[in-house]
Amino acid sequence: MKNQNTDKKSPYEIKVGLAEMLKGGVIMDVMNVEQARIAEDAGATAVMALERVPAQIRSEGGVARASDPAMIEAIQAAVSIPVMAKCRIGHTTEAQILQALEVDFIDESEVLTPADEDFHIDKHAFAIPFVSGSTNIGEALRRIGEGAAMMRTKGEAGTGNIVEAVRHLRSLRTAIRRITQLLPEEIMTEAKLHGMPYDLVRYVHEHGKLPVPNFAAGGIATPADAALCMSLGAEAVFVGSGIFLSEDPAKRARAVVQATTYWNDAKKLVEISRGIGQAMRGIEMDKIPEGERLSKRGW
Amino acid sequence: MSSTKPMTKRRIGVLALQGGFEAHERRLTALGHEPVRVRYATQFDELDGLILPGGESTTHLKLIALEGLGPVLDAFVATQKPVLATCAGLILSARTVSGPSQASFGFLDVAVRRNAWGRQLDSFGAIADDSDVPLTFIRAPRIESVGPGVEVVLRYHGEPVLVRSGAFFGATFHPELTSDVRVHRQVFGGDLTLASTPAPVRG
Repeated sequence: MKNQNTDKKSPYEIKVGLAEMLKGGVIMDVMNVEQARIAEDAGATAVMALERVPAQIRSEGGVARASDPAMIEAIQAAVSIPVMAKCRIGHTTEAQILQALEVDFIDESEVLTPADEDFHIDKHAFAIPFVSGSTNIGEALRRIGEGAAMMRTKGEAGTGNIVEAVRHLRSLRTAIRRITQLLPEEIMTEAKLHGMPYDLVRYVHEHGKLPVPNFAAGGIATPADAALCMSLGAEAVFVGSGIFLSEDPAKRARAVVQATTYWNDAKKLVEISRGIGQAMRGIEMDKIPEGERLSKRGW
Repeated sequence: MSSTKPMTKRRIGVLALQGGFEAHERRLTALGHEPVRVRYATQFDELDGLILPGGESTTHLKLIALEGLGPVLDAFVATQKPVLATCAGLILSARTVSGPSQASFGFLDVAVRRNAWGRQLDSFGAIADDSDVPLTFIRAPRIESVGPGVEVVLRYHGEPVLVRSGAFFGATFHPELTSDVRVHRQVFGGDLTLASTPAPVRG
C-alpha cells in the first residue's frame, strides 16, 4: 500500500483544494446582497464582495480600500457559495480583518490602491487561502512562493477589454512551455533571471503547469471572452465589472457560467450568446495612460 | 507500459460541468481506467461508471438543469453501474439537503447538510476511524442521517463519511485530492500495478 505519510494534509494543500473545487467556474464581483443572490442563482461558484467594481474605481478615482465588514457579512449571510474579498497589496491588517471575518478566499488585489510598494503580504502566515494576480511567470511564482494558493491573470480590470488577460495567459503559457524544455542545469539560471523560487521552477519543469490553479481575470465582458480565456489555459474565470455593469446582469451571468463550461463548443456558444443584452461599454487600452494601468501595480 | 496482467479497463465518465473533475481523472488513470469528460446527455450510453465530483452544488444543479441532464443521470443510476459522488456530488445525490435546502436527485437515501463544518477556515485533513484512509474535507457537507438500505463504509469521529447503496458510493470528503487510490479502486476496481505514484495533487 502507498505511503500514507504523503497524504497528511498540510494547511497549504487544504487551501489549494478549495481552488481545485472552483475550477471550471465563474467567480463574480458583487456590490450588495441583491447582486450576490443574482450571481448565485446564475450558477457562480463564488462571489467577490466589494464596494465598487473596478470600472467604477477607475472612473471615480480616489484610494480604493478593503470593503466595510458589514457589507461582507451581509453577503456571507445571503449566499451559500464561497465569499471572497479583496485587500490592498501589502496591507496585512486588511487581510487579518478579512480572515477574522472568515471570508473563504482573500484576493491581494491590484484593483485596490497598493499599501506597500516593496512587499506583498506573507500569505503563508494566514489560514485563509489567497489568490494573487500576475502578468507573467516570474510574478506568478513569486506570489506562489509567498503562499498564494491560486493565481489569476491581472488583465486590465474595469476595462471590459480582454486584450491584457489574453496577453498574460499567453505569456504564462509560453513561459511554461519553455521551462519544460530546459535542461536540468539550466533551471537555476532561469530562476535567477526572472527572480523565481528555484523549487517552483523545478515544479513547472516537471509538471508543465503552475503548482496551483490559474484563473483568468481582468476585462472579461462576454461569454466569448470567458471561453477564449479557457481555450488559452485558464482553469476558471473571474468577472468583475462585466456582469453588473451590463444591461441584463442575470442573463449575462448565466451565459458566462455556461460559456465557461462549454468553451470548446462554438454551436453552443451561439445559443449562449444570443440576446443577452448590451455588454458593458469598455475602454481601449491606448486611452488609458501607463500610470493608470492597474496591471502595473505589484511586481 | 507493458500489460502485466489482465484487468478490466473501464470507461468512467466524470461529470465535468465544474469543479474537481481533473483530479478524479488522474486517480482513474492511475488505476488503469479511461476517464471520459461528460458534459452532454448523449455521452452516457458507453460509460461503465460515473463520478459526480466536488465543486459548487448550486452551480452543478444549474448546469444540469440547463443541459437537461437530470433524466439521463436518473437512467444511468438505474443501470446499477458503479457511481462515486464526492462532496458536491454527494449533495446532488442525497435524499434531502439542508443548509439551505435545495433540490437533489435522491440516488442515496441520506440526509446531508451543506457546509456543515463551517467556512473554508474550518476545512481540514484527517484520517478515517479504524483505518488509515486519508480524508480531505473542503467546506464539506455532513451526513446527518442514513436510510435503511445504506451501508456506512468509513466513519470519522463516529459519523459516516463514505456510504454505499449497492454500486452507488457517496463521500463527504475528497479522495481525489490525496494520492491514495483505495476509494476509487473500491468503487471501480482497477489494476494497482499500473498505479505508479502520481505527483502530489497541488493544482
